[in-house]
Amino acid sequence: MMKHHLFWPLSMLGALLLFNLIYSPDFFTVNMRDGHLYGSLIDILNFGSPLILIALGMTLVIATGGIDLSVGSVVAIAGAISCLIVSKGSDQNELALVLTAVAVSVLLSLFAGVWNGFLVAGAGIQPIVATLILMVAGRGVAQLITDGQIITVSSTPYKYIGAGSLFTLPFCIFIVAAIFILAYLLTRKTALGLFIEAVGCKPTASRLAGVRSSLVILAVYMFCGLCAGIAGLILCSNVSSADGNNAGLWYELDAILAVVIGGTSLNGGRFYLGGTLVGALIIQTLTTTIYMIGVPPETTLVVKAFVVTAVCLIQSESFRQAVRLRRSKRQWIKGKELNPHA
Amino acid sequence: MLKRQYIPIAVTALLFIAMFGVGSFRYTGFFSLQVIFNLLIDNAFLLVAAVGMTFVIVSGGIDLSVGSMVALTTMISASLLKLGWPPYLVIPLVLAVGACFGSMMGAIIHYFRIQPFIVTLAGMFMARGLCYVIDINTITIDNVFYKNMAQTKIALPGGSFISVSVLIALAVVGAGYYLAHYTRTGRNIYALGGSEQSAHLMGLPIGRTKILVYAISGICSSLAGVVFTFYMLSGYGLHALGMELDVIAAVVIGGTLLTGGVGYIIGSFFGVMIQGVIQTIISFEGTLSSWWTKIVIGLLLFLFILLQRLLSERRWAQQKG
Repeated sequence: MMKHHLFWPLSMLGALLLFNLIYSPDFFTVNMRDGHLYGSLIDILNFGSPLILIALGMTLVIATGGIDLSVGSVVAIAGAISCLIVSKGSDQNELALVLTAVAVSVLLSLFAGVWNGFLVAGAGIQPIVATLILMVAGRGVAQLITDGQIITVSSTPYKYIGAGSLFTLPFCIFIVAAIFILAYLLTRKTALGLFIEAVGCKPTASRLAGVRSSLVILAVYMFCGLCAGIAGLILCSNVSSADGNNAGLWYELDAILAVVIGGTSLNGGRFYLGGTLVGALIIQTLTTTIYMIGVPPETTLVVKAFVVTAVCLIQSESFRQAVRLRRSKRQWIKGKELNPHA
Repeated sequence: MLKRQYIPIAVTALLFIAMFGVGSFRYTGFFSLQVIFNLLIDNAFLLVAAVGMTFVIVSGGIDLSVGSMVALTTMISASLLKLGWPPYLVIPLVLAVGACFGSMMGAIIHYFRIQPFIVTLAGMFMARGLCYVIDINTITIDNVFYKNMAQTKIALPGGSFISVSVLIALAVVGAGYYLAHYTRTGRNIYALGGSEQSAHLMGLPIGRTKILVYAISGICSSLAGVVFTFYMLSGYGLHALGMELDVIAAVVIGGTLLTGGVGYIIGSFFGVMIQGVIQTIISFEGTLSSWWTKIVIGLLLFLFILLQRLLSERRWAQQKG
């Protein structure tokens, strides 16, 4: 059982939840108020949904041996353009207007993915460098769209994306669930997942074996851009405003962290969507816990640093070997002491 | 005839001159010695950090903790000065902190074979977090030594002046240049970036070199932090946010290959200066806003990476043919 890839992430999440239960017993209570469910657990799902989305896209990118640093900027761009379109409308509550805004920002984020994918697969630039370009320029573009201001909108349909509720649950949870299921079915019930892992293992070999690796890479970056764009919509709709400078800041790092905690190797070649989901929930629960126990929220970063280091060390073959070596040496010495003439 | 390997650096230098020329034609008062010196004064900290980053990238790694290290240095300096520590203790201490921090990251990268990207990412979280653990507010510095450092103007002929930070930055560039091109350590770093396996087979001290490279970067970023403290006269956890990207961009624009093995300290110097010129042009323009800086830098990054890609591809084809 310990060999299962979800064992460590799930036990980490379990330990965090257990700690919360002991620390504040009403952590698990969920209240019904005005037809909506309220509670810490719902909050974790609600505020964690942008991170889960971005991390899902990032998982597939990392599975191909790449990385996408530009997701934070894509979040900012998608949020900025949707808020701009909504704020320009004569009647902000018009449904068609909001749908246009959503469509435009989704298209724009897909285009960002095409751009990244083209640089990686077409021009053959290292992923970390290729996406660095959009990471630097993207925030500039977002600020260009908002003209350096924070755009505020007052549109009920737009607000619904991030703060509305459906069947007593936050609406964004359903968006995340739909995309998760879609990604899961596409990668695990079709050959697509196998192609992605093949490209991550060895692009040349997979191309020789008949996989159109550049198409796979392009698709993966497009999916990542799409996820980031939708996350941007959720984030900006939740606060009904777009801030080109700060929307989605540091999200790329949290997303990579979630993917790594979930057991996906940064070297590419295999991926676990379920693991990423748990990883993102761990990060969100960690943040909530830190807020709740009254530790200054600023220390979140230090805690996260320790978590990253610990997770990477556990994943590192050399580290495990070093630990194993020491243990076996100790056992050898113990054996000598017990039986000196053996 | 120019050697192929010097093309990127020549392009960078020409681009700097061209941009400066455009600025001089467009705006009155742009073409003066003081504008060049102001570029140095305003970007001294970036220059110091870029030297360290060049070594890391040449060795085939990357250091994302630079900006947070600068912030942490300003924070430690400001809080210790507030407690009444003298500057001659504070400055060596923060440099030592930088060196320890860097060599620790280097050791983890080397011994546990974790990607530099992820280790320095953790370092970035760590340093930024430690800033906030010290204090979440700005700490102002009213130490006499620091104020003197901030205000001293070294007069040069022609009525222009530079600051002490510029001297520090130029000294670091000089030392970096010497280390990179005239010492055994420098050659080890280039060899490591060219091919770690070959370097290992040649019997070069891989582990020592790798740890040293990150230690250099740590020292450089904390020295950049000291220079930044002279400039800002305060410590704050949000200082130098996103600076690692500016530094990486400067190094790449300066012709250093992100795959390692090829790089120029002087190139990074021009890379920083180009960023400075873009900012100066934007401030002279007045109507253009600061986000254009990011977009232009992104575009430049794109062009230079493409250029490197083309050059290296042609070199590869030549070897093959």
